[in-house]
Amino acid sequence: MSQTLVTKEVLEHALAQAMSRGGEFAEVFVEDRVTSSAVLDQRRIEELSSGRDRGAGIRVVVGDTTGFAHTADLSEPGLLSAARAAAAVAREGGGGVRELALGSMSDHPTHATMMPEHVDKARKIELLRHADDVARSQGSAITQVQVALGDSSRRFVVANSDGVYAADHQIRTRFNISCVATGDTGMQTGYRPIAGTRGFEILSEHAVEEAARGAANQAITKLEARPAPSGDLPVVLAGGSGGILFHEACGHGLEADAILKQASVYAGKVGQQVASPLVTLVDDGTAQGEWGYLAIDDEGRPSARNVLIENGVLTDYMWDYLRSRKERRASSGNGRRQSYQYLPMVRMTNTYLLEGTSDANEIIAQTPRGVYVAQLGGGQVNTATGDFVFGMTSAFMIEDGRITAPLRDCNLIGNGPEILQRVDAVAKDFSMTPGTCGKDGQSVPVGTGQATMRLTGVTIGGTAS
Amino acid sequence: MTLLEQAQRILEHAASGEEIEVYLSSGVETEIQAYDGAIESLATASSSGVGIRVLREGVAGAQVGTAWAGSLDPEAVHDALREARDNARFATEDEFLAFARPDGVVPASLELVDRTVLSTPLDEKIAMAIELERLVRDGDDRIRQVDAANYSDYVAEAVIVSTMGIAAAFERSGAYVSVEAIATDGTGDQTGWGLSAGRAPGDLDIGLAASDAVSRATRMLGAVKPASTRCTAVFDPRSTATLLAIIGGALSGEAVNYGRSFFANRMGEDVASPLFTLLDDPTDRRHFSASVFDGEGLSCRRNVLIEGGGLKAFVYDTVSARRAGTVSTGSAVRGGIAGSPSAGCRALQLAPGDVDQAAIFRSVGEGIFVESLTGVHSGVNPISGDFSVGVTGLMIRDGQLAEPVREITVASTLQRMLLDIVFVGNDVEWLPSSAAGQSLAIEGIAVSGS
Repeated sequence: MSQTLVTKEVLEHALAQAMSRGGEFAEVFVEDRVTSSAVLDQRRIEELSSGRDRGAGIRVVVGDTTGFAHTADLSEPGLLSAARAAAAVAREGGGGVRELALGSMSDHPTHATMMPEHVDKARKIELLRHADDVARSQGSAITQVQVALGDSSRRFVVANSDGVYAADHQIRTRFNISCVATGDTGMQTGYRPIAGTRGFEILSEHAVEEAARGAANQAITKLEARPAPSGDLPVVLAGGSGGILFHEACGHGLEADAILKQASVYAGKVGQQVASPLVTLVDDGTAQGEWGYLAIDDEGRPSARNVLIENGVLTDYMWDYLRSRKERRASSGNGRRQSYQYLPMVRMTNTYLLEGTSDANEIIAQTPRGVYVAQLGGGQVNTATGDFVFGMTSAFMIEDGRITAPLRDCNLIGNGPEILQRVDAVAKDFSMTPGTCGKDGQSVPVGTGQATMRLTGVTIGGTAS
Repeated sequence: MTLLEQAQRILEHAASGEEIEVYLSSGVETEIQAYDGAIESLATASSSGVGIRVLREGVAGAQVGTAWAGSLDPEAVHDALREARDNARFATEDEFLAFARPDGVVPASLELVDRTVLSTPLDEKIAMAIELERLVRDGDDRIRQVDAANYSDYVAEAVIVSTMGIAAAFERSGAYVSVEAIATDGTGDQTGWGLSAGRAPGDLDIGLAASDAVSRATRMLGAVKPASTRCTAVFDPRSTATLLAIIGGALSGEAVNYGRSFFANRMGEDVASPLFTLLDDPTDRRHFSASVFDGEGLSCRRNVLIEGGGLKAFVYDTVSARRAGTVSTGSAVRGGIAGSPSAGCRALQLAPGDVDQAAIFRSVGEGIFVESLTGVHSGVNPISGDFSVGVTGLMIRDGQLAEPVREITVASTLQRMLLDIVFVGNDVEWLPSSAAGQSLAIEGIAVSGS
């Protein structure tokens, strides 16, 4: 199937053209992505949308310089023209057209069972309506429900001058439900996602109903929320969405592009104790079905399970082709791109903290005063200083070892290297959450995960004393 | 064939009982990153695409379906039309759904494209990126690294046509440089961003972008985490622009219709300090986001949203206006070919006050000067108005800038913040965003530190 995008012969010609001005490395990435989405809002099916994006990105590397061009024209002349544009950075002009012969393609079919194109639009709509009904049945305080369903079928072929020739077919399905509850104190929101590198099969009736109930009840509970405290407090993060903390607090700082530019607080620290001994952090592109799962990365390297921090000791960074080439080592399978229109760079896949041995309830019981974060929203980090923020979208006070009053939304703020040292308990109720990671203008799907855990102190950005 | 002719040809396929809207876009772009005195990456590309919406009239209202393709080849366009038509069948009939009708508002005469973007030799653009990096590296002994020195530009054209008689064609160009400096004092690092934007390379001030990055990074060195307090916060122009964009989002008629805005049901009320007059004016050429037409092809116009603190107007596209029983304010925004129009602000501007930044510091006496905001997408809820964001900046003591501070949040609610504005600066900065900004002082902000 993938071969039909562009033939091997044309790929070879495009690579030869890309290398013709003295390039040291060339790569052709051909992509065909079909997407569809459906949105329900205010009880109405507002819009179904379908999209198709197809094209090729070609890069040429000479020394420390990369030339890149992309085109939606997948004909041989179209690809040759993009190859010439990408090769323009190779100023020396030498080389001449080199012969390039690719071997046989390594193909990676999808594991999805219910392909998006085989699911009736009517069935998708039925699912949106059902979620809406379930959410509204949770209480009359639910005044608004928004449900969105999206899927994508992404095929790509990547070939390079080192002989990599591989194809992948990635099916992703995502469902989100957002609820607004209205009460005397104003409006509050609740949110639940379901997402995986799978087909429609992830949207079982049970999973959808659970998400709808979860989002509705989160919004209803927050109607009673009081302003979050301001200042440093112990924080217990519930399993799942708390993984974003590791994504922000250290994940981005362990990406080799930041490391090689000495723009990360973790540069030069391999072998050092950078975290509490309870922290073992893994980036795992092989976690099948997870939102950040890949068979191969967007440079054609097989995905891998990479241990980044082991018992608190920094073991390795994440690598793509360009950065591993500079260090004369292997890529770790972390070269990803939003689409053919972008250059690949070092990106996370599924980043998670391995579970520990504590009991989640006991961790809470042993916290006299603190904040329990049931759900974290997005976050942001400055890799050079390690300072990060992330938003709590469902949180409660812990008083005398018990979860008490819900808190209004606010940000937590901290410093990555400091927060990693403050992990003092990790439970064994591991779970994962899907997310979208943005870096330098490119978005890619990622998974984050952890078990319930406690941090001895985090700055809570609320307004109450 | 021009883009407009291509688009109009697609309209000829409209079946009876349906309306079609076509959005075509086409553009070229260049992106250069410099590192260590050389080109790190150079990307050139041309791209084009089509977005099609089909509207069917039904018994209880209309249905709309959407499809798009990242190509203008006839087969892709044909497929998109077929998919959009099929998608429409599944939408709920809605009496307020409609495509825009020409409303007679004359398009502003704005020249938003500067073709020197195309005629400037690539080598000159490369030299600008390399020079930008050099200026930052040489700008101060304490600069130890330049993470990225970027140059980018584009020229794009787009058309929106419909069977309702809309025919809008527009062009724009832009050029940007940005740079991030990393400074060190031996014990810790700090970063600072600098940028410059214009419609062509000749508009860019490389020296200013570099010195901005250097001074922002170096003056943060030695930053401490202060004790939690409540004080007046002075937001710098860039931070103010971010605040205005959030407030603009809550002034969208669509958000208001659905009660998803803290401004809902408050028309005519005093929602802000009398010092606060906010307008959305895409016809003001000084905005980088200036535009002749909105996302439905209606003429953009000047809309006064909040005047002297009083809530005067919301911004509407066609559908949100019909739902609210009013008419479009020419404020449809659209995220490219794949996006559908929705109501939003495009070029926000706060009426300038009569004080400069130094005078604001003197009047405030004690407070915090906010130079950057982080976690805006996670820490601001435009429905409840809850506001909590990470900041870096400097303390203001005795009316002057004092020690740098980091790892803190400032929090309040948007409702409270608007009422608590005490000074609006006259130092307007035109930024490559949907809002311009100037210094803005807000009292009673909770600062969370140690």
